[in-house]
Amino acid sequence: MFRRHDKSSQANGDNVTIYFEDAPIICKPTDSVAAAVLLSDPGYTRRTPVTKAPRAPYCMMGTCFECLMDINGVENQQACMVPVRDGMKVRRQNGVPVLPEDSKEPEND
Amino acid sequence: MFGAAIAYGLSRAGVDTLMLDGHDNNLRAARGNFGLVWVQSKGKGLQRYADWSRESARLWSGFAAELTDITGVSIAHRNDGGMMLLLGDEEVEKRKIEIAEMSKQSGATGYDCEIITHADIQAYFPDIKLGKAVTGASFCPHDGDVNPLKLLRAMHSGFVNSGGRYKSRCTVNNIDHANGVFTANTQQGQFSAPKIILAAGHGISHLAESVGIDAPIRPQRGQVLITERIQQALPIPLNGVRQTDEGGFQFGSSEEDIGFDDGTSLDVVQNIASRAVQSFPQLSTVRLVRNWGCVRVLTPDKCAIYEESISHPGAYVATSHSGVTLAAINARLVSKWIATGEQPTDFNHFSASRFHVQAT
Ligand SMILES: Cc1cc2nc3c(=O)[nH]c(=O)nc-3n(C[C@H](O)[C@H](O)[C@H](O)COP(=O)(O)OP(=O)(O)OC[C@H]3O[C@@H](n4cnc5c(N)ncnc54)[C@H](O)[C@@H]3O)c2cc1C
Ligand code: FES
Repeated sequence: MFRRHDKSSQANGDNVTIYFEDAPIICKPTDSVAAAVLLSDPGYTRRTPVTKAPRAPYCMMGTCFECLMDINGVENQQACMVPVRDGMKVRRQNGVPVLPEDSKEPEND
Repeated sequence: MFGAAIAYGLSRAGVDTLMLDGHDNNLRAARGNFGLVWVQSKGKGLQRYADWSRESARLWSGFAAELTDITGVSIAHRNDGGMMLLLGDEEVEKRKIEIAEMSKQSGATGYDCEIITHADIQAYFPDIKLGKAVTGASFCPHDGDVNPLKLLRAMHSGFVNSGGRYKSRCTVNNIDHANGVFTANTQQGQFSAPKIILAAGHGISHLAESVGIDAPIRPQRGQVLITERIQQALPIPLNGVRQTDEGGFQFGSSEEDIGFDDGTSLDVVQNIASRAVQSFPQLSTVRLVRNWGCVRVLTPDKCAIYEESISHPGAYVATSHSGVTLAAINARLVSKWIATGEQPTDFNHFSASRFHVQAT
């Protein structure tokens, strides 16, 4: 559905590879994770917390939170705000994450 | 918030109602509040207001069900009690004194709020560990919460569905009164009616004055923090921490006397976040995604003003802090009072004239 809009922004020799749901995507180092994933025609990239509706990146500028994905094992990341890095493993965000285990609470306070 | 609730009630009752609203750049407590339907901290010094808040909380379930029914907007109302967490022995002792005072003030009605222990609190929250710093909490069975933005939206669409008319960007500059008719002069023209209800929050004082009511309102900023969405872990709200129906934790809110500034500041955010993490240490690694400031509409005693003008009968003033808590009773009893003249019991206790009584 999406493609790069001109030749000069075509991926070239400096390409990096990221993995979306295990499938490789070749992209430019200046791409955001959301842009790179959209190029691969992912269908949807997250499910909403309450109704589990499928969603995909929307504003591409950090406002709408539609682009939440699991990046390298860290959930709920705004993929439009994260630049790609070679070897990144990206997954769909499925609803809400569980609470982190923690707790780093000091023993005596 | 007051205006939408009262207008909703009026149009549901078949009264032809026009709601004139200001601009998006107005200070609007209806859009930045914490969403609690809260009874335990209300009415110190004015028992009628404590009772009024509790009565509203009691009306809330029916009100929420009706709103959802007629608008299709589900507003996530809960009414299974709420807690104020206490950190350290000093806070517990202070709260015990307040509870004793409120119990004395409320007499036969009873105050219905008790201190519970760390273990009692933890039992309410099986899915999240309570911090060691929490030494107790005051629990009130009447407390609850709601999604306040969905509430506002539902009241607006319920109002319009029932025949009400709404105009935005329509600031009322002043009001004329002649031959029993009020005329609101706005930048979008003049609007006339036999009755006028002033529920303009921070914009109320000069309008109220023009119909002979002194409605002294002062600003107080509260900052609110929102985290990323997480699995549900808080089945009931706490006054500084609650979890929204979508999963975001909401932390708040400060009490800052700095005028009409609705900005944010790092030191206050740090204090709020630190208290939340002391309460629930697992939140320390949860990301904050949003933070805002919003200015409370406070009367001198923090209780509501409801008053019909003596010099200009047919003009009413309604405003207060706690507009979310009072939305149900505003939609029910206050709109009925305006439509039919039927006054709730001891309603004169809410007159702004209480601020002018000389202490003997
Ligand atoms: C940080 C914070 C947390 C809060 N938490 C809670 C809570 O948990 N529970 C609770 O019950 N309450 C809470 N509140 C209080 C609640 O939000 C307010 O009590 C309520 O919104 C006040 O209602 P209001 O209608 O008087 O004012 P507002 O909600 O501010 O509405 C006033 C309206 O009048 C309009 N207006 C102003 N001037 C004019 C004019 N001249 N002409 C036409 N329109 C005009 C404005 O545009 C606005 O739409 C909180 C408030 C704050 C700030
Ligand atoms: S696409 Fe809107 S925040 Fe990322």
